[in-house]
Amino acid sequence: MDAAIEVNDLQKTYRGRRTGEVRAVDGVSFRVEAGEFFGILGPNGAGKTTTLEIVEGLRRPDGGEVRLLGQSPWPHSPALSQRMGVQLQASSFFEFLTVREQIETFAELYGASRARAAEMLEQVGLSDKARTRCQKLSGGQQQRLSIACALVGDPELVFLDEPTAALDPQARRNLWDLMRSINDEGRTVVLTTHYMEEAEALCDRVAIMDAGRILAVDSPAELIRGLDAPTRVTVAAGQLSEERAKELAEGETAASDDEAVVFETRDPQRLLTALAAEGALDGLAVRTANLEDVFLNVTGREWRE
Amino acid sequence: MSVEAPVRAETGTRRPRAFASLVKALGISWVRDRSQVFFNLILPGMFLVLLVSVYGSNETPVPSVLEVGDVPVLERAEPGDFEVSGAADLDAALEALEEGDADAAIVQDGEAVTVYYSQTNATTGVIALEQLSALVDDVNVAVLSEAAPDTPVLELETDAAEDNSLEPVQYLAPGILAWGIAISGVFGAAGTLVDWKRDKLIRRLHLTPASAGTFVGARITVSLLVALLQTALFLAVAVAMGMELSAWTWFAVPLVLLGTAAFLAIGVVIGGIAKTGPGAAGLSNMVTMPMAFISGAFFPLTAAPQWVQWLSVISPMRYLNDGLQAVVVQGASPAAVLPEIAFMAVFAAVVAVFAWKTFKFDEL
Repeated sequence: MDAAIEVNDLQKTYRGRRTGEVRAVDGVSFRVEAGEFFGILGPNGAGKTTTLEIVEGLRRPDGGEVRLLGQSPWPHSPALSQRMGVQLQASSFFEFLTVREQIETFAELYGASRARAAEMLEQVGLSDKARTRCQKLSGGQQQRLSIACALVGDPELVFLDEPTAALDPQARRNLWDLMRSINDEGRTVVLTTHYMEEAEALCDRVAIMDAGRILAVDSPAELIRGLDAPTRVTVAAGQLSEERAKELAEGETAASDDEAVVFETRDPQRLLTALAAEGALDGLAVRTANLEDVFLNVTGREWRE
Repeated sequence: MSVEAPVRAETGTRRPRAFASLVKALGISWVRDRSQVFFNLILPGMFLVLLVSVYGSNETPVPSVLEVGDVPVLERAEPGDFEVSGAADLDAALEALEEGDADAAIVQDGEAVTVYYSQTNATTGVIALEQLSALVDDVNVAVLSEAAPDTPVLELETDAAEDNSLEPVQYLAPGILAWGIAISGVFGAAGTLVDWKRDKLIRRLHLTPASAGTFVGARITVSLLVALLQTALFLAVAVAMGMELSAWTWFAVPLVLLGTAAFLAIGVVIGGIAKTGPGAAGLSNMVTMPMAFISGAFFPLTAAPQWVQWLSVISPMRYLNDGLQAVVVQGASPAAVLPEIAFMAVFAAVVAVFAWKTFKFDEL
């Protein structure tokens, strides 16, 4: 199958009067297969949005090449735009228009029917807000409307730029379900996010980006497995003596303080069975490595959201 | 090629539809913004009503005169020339003048007539003085003519030099309309650009099949439609205030459209510099207010000092004002306003190119 997106050695440097030269994108390459849910994960300022804007055709790269569905996104091509849907970081709405007027305007731009517009409102759960002015929607509702506008042209390729930033956890989870359903319909989705758990929950593959470079690309599970990191098992203090904890660790790490005993093990099944036999499972917490550890590993520094 | 062709044809026929729906969406959001509607449609008309009332009252005020004692000369005055009331004595009359309660006091002692006129009501005081002098002169002429009926006397008649038909609304309306068109264009373009920088709407629309160009075209179309609506509404107010429109008034349409193009270009330059809405409004004011004064928008340029008249040469508002004055008021044919048209076209083109070259498109 053809790739939906092919990106080769993108370069983009900004020259600011005060900041000097900033290499926002520095040799970025990746490939997204048709139907894939692809994530670009990185802290703020990593170059995710610039990369996405170049891929979408909003910016011209200083160097490198982009192919979207086999075509170059620069300069603007109506035929290509017809096949992609975009949600930008800022909620870009016509001022003073209602939700229905907004989506119907976008529907007309994509040559879609009013029925399709209404259907999209239904899909993102905004049918009851059709008469509300867009600016009066909550943050989560605005993002939903943005996504509805992105989907109204029935695109093959959907770009979502940090749709869950600045949303409360409940609204974020609701949006996750929506994003999953978009991908389930067979659309290729590219998502940028700075939330680890979001990338882990949604993406087939994740590119970890920092300082304008992609440091690792793989499925979240593979990235974590690649770390070969031990599982941390924590139980409440007072159930095991220090000696007993050392014995149960069987040569692996065990550390205790006033509140908890923490084991690091590569054989969690054995350790948990032993702890259960000991009757020492109060306050149990099991933490496997996650993308945060992957980030720490590939960048050599702590994750900061 | 055979695969590409139908797709292109489809998007080609869709473009007018996309343009129409963008004009519609932008039009709706313009109409719903009440402050815009007020600023663009109501304010110029209000200004016209206000300025016509201020400059336009051609009635000479009737001076109020205090008669101290018996003043026989006042009996010769035409009824309605003065508003005469009695005063107890001279001191009381002078006090009243100082308070501004009357414009002049008059005392007659035999052949000697003394007029005291108000410095508090400077203008009406002088008018009272002049009219009282004229009255005394008239009485003298009458007395002398009676004594020597065969000696001819000179008779003076006065009349205003301007065409009697030029009511204040006639010379005020074109200037205020030009100003209204200017503020709509400059504030509108500058404010819109600042909004676009904030909302990134233009980016989003560039990623639809319609592209940014169609969108910008739609926005300019809305501005031009607003300018025409504004002109129609304004002229309706002017006509209600007694303005007479010439047969060439329809030629205001291309003048207004061209002027709007020039002012939109200025607004784009401002919108490129300003970071916030208030910043854009401030800068727009900084440009349009002085421009209004050097362009004769609120008073005739002939009353302005020479350097102002020189400055006005570079102001598009002046040319719009002159052009409108010519075709709407004086009934000049379009050929007579070709210089104005040429200037506005060149101005709009130069400023538009400047805006294009200096605009930071990355901010949109």
